Amino acid sequence: MVATPYIGIKNCYAMPSPQHPFQVFLYNLGTLWGSLRLTWQHLRKSLGPRSRNLPMTAAAYFEVGPATLQYPHERLPVPARGRYQLHNAIDDCIVCDKCAQVCPVDCIEIEAIKAPAPIRKTSNGMTKRLAAARFDIDLAKCCFCGLCTTVCPTQCLTMTPEYDYSVFDWADHKIPFAIMTPEEVTKRK
Amino acid sequence: MFTLLFYLPFLLLFTLGAGYIERKIAALIQDRLGPTEVGYRGLGQPLADLLKLLQKESMVPTAADKVLFVVAPAWIFVVVFAAFAVLPVTHTWCGAPTATGVLYLLAMASLESMGIFVAGWASHNKYARLGAMRALLQFMAYEVPLGLSVLSVLIVSQTLDLQAIAAQQGPSASVPIYLLGLKGINVAQWGGVLAWNIFRMPPLCLAYAVFFVASLVACHRAPFDLPEAESELIGGYHTEYSGLRFAWLMLAEYSMLLLMSLLGVILFLGGGHTPLPNLPGLPLAIWTSGSPGTWVGHFWAGGWLFSKALCVILVQMGIRWTFPRLRVDQVIRLCWQYLTPAALLLCLVTLWWQLLILG
Repeated sequence: MVATPYIGIKNCYAMPSPQHPFQVFLYNLGTLWGSLRLTWQHLRKSLGPRSRNLPMTAAAYFEVGPATLQYPHERLPVPARGRYQLHNAIDDCIVCDKCAQVCPVDCIEIEAIKAPAPIRKTSNGMTKRLAAARFDIDLAKCCFCGLCTTVCPTQCLTMTPEYDYSVFDWADHKIPFAIMTPEEVTKRK
Repeated sequence: MFTLLFYLPFLLLFTLGAGYIERKIAALIQDRLGPTEVGYRGLGQPLADLLKLLQKESMVPTAADKVLFVVAPAWIFVVVFAAFAVLPVTHTWCGAPTATGVLYLLAMASLESMGIFVAGWASHNKYARLGAMRALLQFMAYEVPLGLSVLSVLIVSQTLDLQAIAAQQGPSASVPIYLLGLKGINVAQWGGVLAWNIFRMPPLCLAYAVFFVASLVACHRAPFDLPEAESELIGGYHTEYSGLRFAWLMLAEYSMLLLMSLLGVILFLGGGHTPLPNLPGLPLAIWTSGSPGTWVGHFWAGGWLFSKALCVILVQMGIRWTFPRLRVDQVIRLCWQYLTPAALLLCLVTLWWQLLILG
């Protein structure tokens, strides 16, 4: 497919150098007509299909259709390993506190309870000896640097492709990952 | 009286519809989608906007001239609506039988500009006041070319009655219709586009161009929307208006747009007559007209009148979203230095043609 220039105002030629008033008049008429043609071309192409299915490298990417993305209904694809909202698989978490210590903005708050005996083996073979009474990540503070996921020894702390988690109250951004009930916490203590 | 019963609800519906179409066209021209959420393809959006305007508080600024501020929106709409009184709906469904219909209509349209000045002045707001001054400047500028371009039609039709002017552009004309002012080519029986006033004499075609530009200025449509100029004056004369009063102003604005388009259609583009001429063996004009007075005749005449006016309005919308706004001095210069001499010249040529050639 030969890429054709989307819109050329063909009437928009250079102003003739000896500017006789009549020449200026014709030139002005030409530009007016050219602008109306431009408008019409956009109107006609906006009625057609949308460009959102084309890859950005396609020659026709900027030629086709309206550019609007109707956000809640349609979304741009994000990478499968997108690094947005944090998630902690609490069963695998050994509550080592490394993530909380490395976090540059201190958005992770952990409260650990020592267990008399090992609780369980994690999926990569480590022994879990601490229970998490509290594991809160305040995503309103998070700067998405990903350091916590790097230091996590069991790789239970990950970043997910989920990015649309707006809330009405900032406090709702503080996500609790611990699953222990208050009774269980008192019992363990 | 019955014309009023038709035009009042029609204007309300037209304002809602035109508001939607305008937003949709603007969006498509700018590669956007426009209203999509309320109802099928956003068709309910104007109703939602209307509901919002109705329930909003109508503020009156402390420093405003309270009486004038409250009266102005009603004034603006009432004078525009009063101008609709003389417009015909179909060939036999006349407006008010006024022998000086055109004069009355132009006078009412001028009062609209005065109302806009009052609205801007009474708001006691710097932006509103600037808008008011610009409205007056524009008013001084467009009245002359508008009047002169209308005058050149009146020279040919020799009447001020809009019903009679419309009737002269179709098969039922009481005078012979000469194509391009050439005596001997009577096209009254051909009808269609050939009988329209723009082809009745060569200068009238150019006169319509002058009329069209002047009517854009009269309606305060972009590129001549200086009195409201939302990007520089916030809203110009309607900066301080909210709620129901703002709705009145919008209603008046779109009514004015329709009024000027209908006037142009009746004066130049054949009124309620069909654009399709009778060809030998193919009587298109008869097929698409119906006989006057019957329901079919009413349907065709009203249909042609309003579809032509809507086409003109669509062109005006395209122009609005294409050309940038002119500066004040550019508008004044365009009107006084180019349109007025052109309209005068066209008027003289029409007069000369009417007197010496058609005699």
